[in-house]
Amino acid sequence: MISFQQVEKRIGDASIIKGLNLEIHAGELFVLIGPSGCGKTTTMKMINRLIEPTAGRIEINGEDIFKTDPVELRRSIGYVIQQIALFPHMTIGENVALVPKLKKMERSQYEKKVDELLDMVGLDPKVFKNRYPAELSGGQQQRVGVIRAMAADPPIILMDEPFSALDPISREQLQDEFVRLQKTINKTIVFVTHDMDEAIKIADRICLMNDGTVVQLDTPDVLLQNPANEFVVNFIGAKRLRKVKELHPATSKKAALPKWSIS
Amino acid sequence: MNDWILFLTERYDLVLSLLWEHSYISFIAVMAGFLIAVPLGILLTRTEKINKYVIGFVNILQTIPSLALLGLMIPLLGIGAVPAVVALFLYSLLPMLRNTFTGIREVDPALIEAARGMGMTSFQILLKIELPMAISIIMGGFRTATIYTISWATLAAVIGGGGLGYLVFTGLGLANDNMLITGALATAMLATIADLLTRKVQKLCTPKGLKIKRAD
Repeated sequence: MISFQQVEKRIGDASIIKGLNLEIHAGELFVLIGPSGCGKTTTMKMINRLIEPTAGRIEINGEDIFKTDPVELRRSIGYVIQQIALFPHMTIGENVALVPKLKKMERSQYEKKVDELLDMVGLDPKVFKNRYPAELSGGQQQRVGVIRAMAADPPIILMDEPFSALDPISREQLQDEFVRLQKTINKTIVFVTHDMDEAIKIADRICLMNDGTVVQLDTPDVLLQNPANEFVVNFIGAKRLRKVKELHPATSKKAALPKWSIS
Repeated sequence: MNDWILFLTERYDLVLSLLWEHSYISFIAVMAGFLIAVPLGILLTRTEKINKYVIGFVNILQTIPSLALLGLMIPLLGIGAVPAVVALFLYSLLPMLRNTFTGIREVDPALIEAARGMGMTSFQILLKIELPMAISIIMGGFRTATIYTISWATLAAVIGGGGLGYLVFTGLGLANDNMLITGALATAMLATIADLLTRKVQKLCTPKGLKIKRAD
């Protein structure tokens, strides 16, 4: 679906991304994780060309994205950021309908979609559609942030630490809802986080990065049971690894994971 | 007091015509300033390299004493209403230019990034995000400029531009207190009305979603 081929990014003398090769499959929830400055956000922003690489090739469905119009490309990729960034002068309805409007969709068509999406995250359209972002709580705002990215039905959604600005309770709730949501919408999601618990809870695959390269790319289970090296062990944390050993002496089941995701 | 009322009843047509003159001189100057300052302010947010110099230049314009600037207009444009309007126009630029520039600069970069990431073009971001977010600050600059211009327009009389300054300066020259007081009060009144009106305009321009205080 999305493929990075020998992608590099340099800013001046600093090498941010060093010869990155990645394959992100259709329909998976792909988590990019790593310490700050590891290049995870840069990697994500190269997918919708908010950042242009210095060298290499990025393809979506076999097409070189640098041959497409960046504005059109972005309209076909959902985007959610940490700061939520709902437009405060637009109502919730207007915020969600923004990309469909940019894509010149029929009003009747997107109005229905907006209602559906609001319902999907438990915000009654009758109550919330005409409210302004300032009238919503942080958790409600980020629910809107997430569905805003889905409004034009993009096959890919990029999420840059979408839940990290929320309080712990809203964060848990949104993560749970999000996992449920992902099962029904079946989109390709690239999700950046620095929170290992979050990654384990939601990811199909986790890509652990450090210093501009991939350290390990595996499913959460494999990552926990066979950390590739010392760095991975340290990043996951000895505590979590011990819990895995206690809970899963031999094999592991993903269903049991949420239990120890709350640390 | 009686004297003053007598003065007003005898000369009210003069006072009214001066009031009218004062209003339109100020209005034309501020409107022209607005039409130049706002686009220029927007342009400056797009040009990192020169914005310091342009703002600096307009700042210098502002520090020229108003009387001197009016005096400088005489060799350039002669006397009358035109040089007065030009001088006032130059003065009105700074508050509106500065407010447009800072208003747009201070829009949360996260909003711009979200807009860009969602596939808005730079022009759409300006029109649909930056301007609505900054309009209240821009109109604040318009308000400041309007009030300043009305008070500075008093000096227009010095170069034959007319307006209520005529009453003030003639009153001073003739030691006619009634004239002086009428000129001063009328100017103050005009500025107050302009303040109320522009405040209203500012409020009307501010998008509804930005007036709501945060619930949590």
